[in-house]
Amino acid sequence: MTAPRPALETATMVRAGEELAVDVLEHHLAVIDAGEESIHAFNLVTTELARSQARTVDAAVAAGRDPGPLAGVPVALKDNMCTRRVPTTCSSRILEGWLPPYDATVVTRLRDAGALLIGKTNMDEFAMGSSTESSAYGATRNPHDTSRVPGGSSGGSAAAVAAGFAPLALGSDTGGSIRQPAALCGVVGMKPTYGTVSRYGLVAFASSLDQIGPFATSVADAALLFDVIGGYDPLDSTSLNRPTPRVLSVLDDGVDGMTVGILTEFMDGAAPDVVARVNQAAEALATAGARVEEVSVPEVTLGLSAYYLIAPGEASSNLARYDGVRYGLRVDAEDTVAMNTATRSAGFGAEVKRRIMLGTYVLSAGYMDAYYNQALRVRTRIIEGFTAAYAHCDVLLGPTAPTTAFALGDKVDDPLTMYLSDVCTIPSNLAGHPAVSVPFGPGDDGLPVGVQLLGPALSEGTLFKVAAVVEAAAPDLAVPRITAGEAA
Amino acid sequence: MAAPARLTREDVAHVAALARLHLTEDELETYTEQLAQVLDHAADVASLDLHGVAPTAHAMAVTNVLRTDEPHPCLDRDEVLAQAPSVEDHRFRVPRILGEAP
Repeated sequence: MTAPRPALETATMVRAGEELAVDVLEHHLAVIDAGEESIHAFNLVTTELARSQARTVDAAVAAGRDPGPLAGVPVALKDNMCTRRVPTTCSSRILEGWLPPYDATVVTRLRDAGALLIGKTNMDEFAMGSSTESSAYGATRNPHDTSRVPGGSSGGSAAAVAAGFAPLALGSDTGGSIRQPAALCGVVGMKPTYGTVSRYGLVAFASSLDQIGPFATSVADAALLFDVIGGYDPLDSTSLNRPTPRVLSVLDDGVDGMTVGILTEFMDGAAPDVVARVNQAAEALATAGARVEEVSVPEVTLGLSAYYLIAPGEASSNLARYDGVRYGLRVDAEDTVAMNTATRSAGFGAEVKRRIMLGTYVLSAGYMDAYYNQALRVRTRIIEGFTAAYAHCDVLLGPTAPTTAFALGDKVDDPLTMYLSDVCTIPSNLAGHPAVSVPFGPGDDGLPVGVQLLGPALSEGTLFKVAAVVEAAAPDLAVPRITAGEAA
Repeated sequence: MAAPARLTREDVAHVAALARLHLTEDELETYTEQLAQVLDHAADVASLDLHGVAPTAHAMAVTNVLRTDEPHPCLDRDEVLAQAPSVEDHRFRVPRILGEAP
């Protein structure tokens, strides 16, 4: 199998009438057909919907109209983004069979840009997890080694792009759920500034942290997708009503004169092979004209603890809506409280229950000040720490995840160890800042390593410029070869 | 600020009831241990002196978000109700909500 063709090139050819969207789609459906059994990236492949959209794109081109910047490009959607009359499960039994009555804003924007919605991807249940193993529909496997996890929670989207099932995918990132699986699967994944991509129609996990962002095989393709999905949306009351950075047009600007800070706290806990790759990326940036120095932001070490108080707190409130009344599962019982309890006990998996209880506890009388309110103050401290670093650095550099992909089953019984795999990604969510993971060669075990670039709010333009330079210097990574029935 | 006392099995049973979750005895055991571990890890946060530091609930605070006062189409009623487990006369139907039968 050869490396997949960039989305930018596909869109250009389809817009010029040099290739049909239906042919692009059928190619990808064939790749899915051959590899999906081994990977399980999807909860649902939306074959007929995508075919109908492809015909619409081809008809537009034939009639001399421009279908848009993603013309004929298949895009996989994490299964927590609402698609009207198309099942949206969040990989939970409690939403099995639910048909949303509306489209998420990102879905509308993709369609308006000429993209083809090829499927809904597997995820940790309600995006709570770092390995995609908490899905009620079975784990997704890493295309680089099917005995390993793809990361999570957007593991299905990351695996779909890595396996060549779709050139682009969307994920959501609450504590690293785009960047960590991107790193483990060897693709580009980016979490935008909070408020730059609409959350309308994204099923809420932790509303002050959730943000939708792109997966792609290259920095340029991720930029293309970000430019399509970003921008103010009046349907999301937390959407930023100010210009969203455009990134595709600045990709080639280089890093000459920039200052890049290697974030020492992130390096301290990472495996030696991961640290070596980050240092190699730093050298490449120095060679390209950036000033590289070590920077300490001690406050980030409190991020993990603060996150596991704030995110479950918000989740316990957001998930109160699954009560068996208006949509999804109902388990009947003699009165409403018993019905609520029976429904939730049967519909939620272990990790979701764990976080709901943790969140309920830290928000309950007597503990709220000691835990939740204290975590909100730590959040202020983390923002102050980053602000001090960005006074003299344009971007910060570190690992995305402390290790390469771990084995399936390794951490499922030990929640705290699982949570630690997000230690380098969580601080950006708490600060509302953008960050991107760029693949940077293999680790000692041959599996992908991701390096992470972090910037202040609305610095996406700068981040993508730096990411393009890092990508150009990245050592080669083997393209996954997947054959049907490979999985154990 | 001192960290609160270690989480007990009774605490977990209490929050499970608040969160409308039924737990088996085994689950109660496992969750008590796992949640206590996470809260132990959070002791670094709970024990910090952050007196005078303002809390941050939203990193990118926006205020007074109002739309213009113009009518918009809302979700289609029948499409929404079609997703409900039980419906009667265009309303969501639930089991009785009071302790006694009507």
